[in-house]
Amino acid sequence: MSFPWANQYQPKAPLMRWLDEKLPLPRLVYNAVGAGYPVPRNLNYAWNFGVLAGFALVLQIVTGIVLAMHYAANAGVAFDSVEHIMRDVNWGWALRYAHANGASFFFVVIYLHIFRGFFYSSYKAPREMVWLLGVVIFLLLMATAFMGYVLPWGQMSFWGAKVITGLFGAIPLVGEPLQIWLLGGFAPDNAALNRFFSLHYLLPFVIAGAVILHIWALHIPGSSNPTGVEVKSESDTVPFHPYYTAKDGFGLGVALVIYAILVFFLPNFLGHPDNYIPANPMATPAHIVPEWYFWPFYAILRAFTADFILDAKLWGVVAMFASILVWFFLPWLDRSPVRSGHYRPLFRKFFWVLVVDMAVLFYCGGAPAEEPYVMLSQLATAYYFLHFLVILPIVSMVERPEPLPYSITEAVLGADKQAASGDNATPAS
Amino acid sequence: MIRLISIIVGLVFTFVVMLAFVLGAANVIGQGYLVEKTAETEFYEHPMELALQSNGPFGTFDLQQLQRGFQVYTEVCAACHALKHVAFRDLAQLGYNDAEVKAIAAAVQVPGIDPTTGEATMRPGTPTDYMVGPYANDIAAAAANGGKIPPDLSLITKARHDGAAYVHSLLVGYSDVPAELTQEFPDFSVPPGGYYNRFFPALSIGMPPPIVGDDQVTYADGTKATVNQMSEDVSAFLVWAAEPTLAKRNQTGWAVVGFLLFATILAWFAKKQVWSAVKPKHEDA
Repeated sequence: MSFPWANQYQPKAPLMRWLDEKLPLPRLVYNAVGAGYPVPRNLNYAWNFGVLAGFALVLQIVTGIVLAMHYAANAGVAFDSVEHIMRDVNWGWALRYAHANGASFFFVVIYLHIFRGFFYSSYKAPREMVWLLGVVIFLLLMATAFMGYVLPWGQMSFWGAKVITGLFGAIPLVGEPLQIWLLGGFAPDNAALNRFFSLHYLLPFVIAGAVILHIWALHIPGSSNPTGVEVKSESDTVPFHPYYTAKDGFGLGVALVIYAILVFFLPNFLGHPDNYIPANPMATPAHIVPEWYFWPFYAILRAFTADFILDAKLWGVVAMFASILVWFFLPWLDRSPVRSGHYRPLFRKFFWVLVVDMAVLFYCGGAPAEEPYVMLSQLATAYYFLHFLVILPIVSMVERPEPLPYSITEAVLGADKQAASGDNATPAS
Repeated sequence: MIRLISIIVGLVFTFVVMLAFVLGAANVIGQGYLVEKTAETEFYEHPMELALQSNGPFGTFDLQQLQRGFQVYTEVCAACHALKHVAFRDLAQLGYNDAEVKAIAAAVQVPGIDPTTGEATMRPGTPTDYMVGPYANDIAAAAANGGKIPPDLSLITKARHDGAAYVHSLLVGYSDVPAELTQEFPDFSVPPGGYYNRFFPALSIGMPPPIVGDDQVTYADGTKATVNQMSEDVSAFLVWAAEPTLAKRNQTGWAVVGFLLFATILAWFAKKQVWSAVKPKHEDA
């Protein structure tokens, strides 16, 4: 979709005109991310994270494919093949550290991207599909990252795989046979490692497909903006190129500086030393924890320590999956006609409580499963479910939002000369 | 309707987790403590700081120290610990020339196959061989060490929190069980086959003190081989063994970060230039 005032692609050079007739790829790019895609002029830096996430995906695919040329996915040699990459492959250490820290980079960016969505209610109509696809991408990303971490076949790789695949055993009736079928055995071993490698190579391309759908779905209504007021006229927008290519380029530079500092000076800071010990099914590590980006969900999993009709273990598994599945329902839980948290004072307070709550869940997830962390994570888990399932629906019904600007132009310039009479900005339902 | 279901589901999860919380809290109150005090929690110490040339973003390797450390490894540690990811050819990075590397390799017997008869033999090593561990296999290693396999040291400084500082503290940290510990925890005792070391999380480690006194090794470069010196040198060597590309990584890092900072500054000015066309005259976010 385009706004009527969008720039039109007009190739001048003969080659470009020929291409436009035969396979209009340049036209597609022009209309998607070029001068032909009008974007609200008031986007702030919170809108950079989508592009950064796309960059992270490309980074991981490129480094991953080159690593796959040197890695061997057999339980007897996997650990040694990673050391071979680190020591003997030219720039292998850089590739390995880039890929491992690239996963962390991807998740940092994705969490910031998701929280932008929470604050500005990006999930609301007409962008529900963008949001649903986004949650699907996040689930695929988690699966990919989990399987990727198993591949070096270190202690944490093995025991993390053991814990998470063990959760399938908690499913009543079909749990145990399902677990054995998925693993190709009774415990993670060569069969599991091989199939994880296959799927780890496959899923990023599934993610890429989902990202294309995600961007396509977005470009139907166009981007939202910090006021939550929809685009009304040409003065509300600027063409994506050069305005947001320039802004995203700067944002990318800042992100890469931080990423490079991690890769080159603190490459093992986010990792766990136990993964430099080869996997040993006979030696259980003192504390089994996943990588930091899974910690909030790990905290929720371990918070359920009491049986109530169902086993505590099953509650933990259900709650862990539910904690992400609730995001699918956000467009229908949050009924406020106002999008942006800037104009929703009550909602805003709870949003920041959620941010603190997630921070507590992160912290508890990486801690041992002992007091006081268990009690802390129980309180944080309670708030988490209350926030999305109880507080948001109620707040969206009872709060009094602040008055919205008439248009984006008015918000940016102070006055909108093209203002028509009548209604204030309410988003189309 | 959807909100009704949502509120019910939310309250169910909240109820179950708060039930767990209440039961846990009751347990804590009943116990009288949040975290149990044990000999391990009270007397375990975090490692001392170790200043190595490889530390920090400007880290490089002190080749002299690495050579001394390699000597300590060969003469003290290699009796029980393997170093399987290091090949003899890698020792060229420590400053040895080709002849020296060949000589070091040739002095070690590695398993091989007789090229004419096909039977298993031992032959002198070559630079392409990897270092050979002291035991034929894991079972032999465990049998000779009270049931526990001495860990391979190739990655030890990356496989432990605080890396080289931990290794060094451990090597110099052996002592008798302190009197305060016996007073506070009279039931505590070092199990048979164990040695008290305050830097080992379980306080009792199966490894006997490997460096027992000064001059256990005679350094080729004449440096005084105190216990502390030998421990620091072998720790530095093990940092190299775990990551031979460390110095190159730091170097490359400065070049990359430097370039990216420059490019980002340019990108900032480019962004300002592009946006000056539409930005309002007054400062706005």
